[in-house]
Amino acid sequence: MRERVYVQLGACKKHPPAADRPSAILEEPAMPNPIQPSARPASYLYSRHSLPVRLMHWINVISLTVLLMSGLMIFNAHPALNWGQQSYDGKPPLLEITTRETADGHLAGVTRIGGREFETTGVLGLSTGPDGELSRVAFPSWITIPSSYSLADARLWHFFFAWLLVLNGIAYVAYALISRHLQRDLAPTRRDWRGIGQSIRDHVAFRHPKGEAARHYNVLQKLAYLAVIFVLLPLIILAGWAMSPWLNSLWPGWVDLFGGRQSARTIHFIVAWLLVGFVAIHVFEVIVSGMWNHLRSMITGRYRITADPRAEASHE
Amino acid sequence: MSKPAGKRRLKVSPQALAKRRFLSRVALGTGALMLGGCDRLNQSEWFPKVLSAGESLSKSVHHTLGGRRSMAQEFSEKDLSPSFRGNGNTDPESADYKAMAEQGFAGWKLKVDGLVDQPASFSLAELRAMPSRTQITRHDCVEGWSAIGKWTGVPLAQLLAAVRPKPDARFVVFHCADTFDDDNGAVPYYESIDMDDAYHPQTILAYGLNGADLPVTNGAPLRLRVERQLGYKQAKYVMRLELVEHFRQIGGGKGGYWEDQGYQWYAGI
Repeated sequence: MRERVYVQLGACKKHPPAADRPSAILEEPAMPNPIQPSARPASYLYSRHSLPVRLMHWINVISLTVLLMSGLMIFNAHPALNWGQQSYDGKPPLLEITTRETADGHLAGVTRIGGREFETTGVLGLSTGPDGELSRVAFPSWITIPSSYSLADARLWHFFFAWLLVLNGIAYVAYALISRHLQRDLAPTRRDWRGIGQSIRDHVAFRHPKGEAARHYNVLQKLAYLAVIFVLLPLIILAGWAMSPWLNSLWPGWVDLFGGRQSARTIHFIVAWLLVGFVAIHVFEVIVSGMWNHLRSMITGRYRITADPRAEASHE
Repeated sequence: MSKPAGKRRLKVSPQALAKRRFLSRVALGTGALMLGGCDRLNQSEWFPKVLSAGESLSKSVHHTLGGRRSMAQEFSEKDLSPSFRGNGNTDPESADYKAMAEQGFAGWKLKVDGLVDQPASFSLAELRAMPSRTQITRHDCVEGWSAIGKWTGVPLAQLLAAVRPKPDARFVVFHCADTFDDDNGAVPYYESIDMDDAYHPQTILAYGLNGADLPVTNGAPLRLRVERQLGYKQAKYVMRLELVEHFRQIGGGKGGYWEDQGYQWYAGI
């Protein structure tokens, strides 16, 4: 039988020293726990994510999803990526999604990457549209907003949610600095750096921290979040700005830092997929390390810590 | 802050199960909303209006940051696109236009009227005789592609000085010879810019591309270059400039052919 204890701790506050912890117990165990001689709760909830963090997390979920899907619709208007200032300098595109006629007279969706051609009928180039008819679009209708071709509408969606992402991002960084969430929870400690090898081994073996160790982010998790917050998101926003002819004029030539407007467009596209990769790993980790616990903590804030029997044993 | 739950049972209770069910419904519901709901929102009357707040914000922030005179990047001869892509209409179908094109636009005249003190017409030779500006700039299509071309033309500011806009003139409307076919027949192309852009030093009415006469594909005999905005602002086959206080009565009332199809009037992004 497990003890049911509910403690209130600050949102990701500094971990109280072990001696303080029993004072947070609100309900004494009904029955003495034979494995655990101490009064330390074997399982308790604590407030892991503050309300602003939870709110901003879900705003990010919505805006990044809409930005990806409307962005793919915008890409469909010119489904090719080039490097440099322009699209027509005589060099073939780095990536091109199109259709071509096959030897037997059928239409095939094809994707060309760096001179190689892949047949991608059904997904890229040629796919079934919302009306059930085959349609010649780069990305299929089920992944674009709106689902049927409209560059004008996709731009409306994209720029609205881009502003939402930028304003949310500014609010987040300000909050994370002022509340010390960044310094306390995200900045890797010296101990983190030393344990990076072990953390990599743990991730590869799908071993997840238990007990008190689960109260803070592991080092790979911290580095992934920092990379997204301070590298990928700023990069995709800057590359987006680099595509705006008006913003280009603010400081003529700044777009050359990306290698030109078409390079910026290519970088914007690549970073979008890196973010998709991050989200895929993030969601995977959430599922394998206790989906409901994580999901609850990102909705209500409360995260359950279940004592790690091995760690407890070593305390003896 | 979380409330101490005290006596609450936290074992997997019926409540907790209900909560999990609720959460899975939220997750599924969100997915369904994303897929089907976006299209429904997109079709609604009100949602696109909410969304357009994003573009209005872009416009005000860009104008505040850029001011009236920020200059578009200019390039060198070595950056020129081997051939400058023509897009949209590339060969106007009207008989009048075809007749003019056959005579090298000898009979063509640019009309400038509306809210001006001195309405006037200019032949191609008269425009060529005025002080000109040549600029190598990047043309950015709303679709995403870019091409670099060398444009030669007369600064719009020169023409405006000649016709003297009235104080209440707020926009220059460009009426074009090309049309798009839709259910109502042939709809003429038009565009509009505000007076800040009209007086911008890089805003020219171009009659030359890459050192030659402007080809029909790219808008002969005269096209607009307004370099801080996207391609659909760069009206081709310009026949008449009209200075107006507002463009509500012109075309679909949104300030341009593509604007009437749902694109934004501000095309700086």
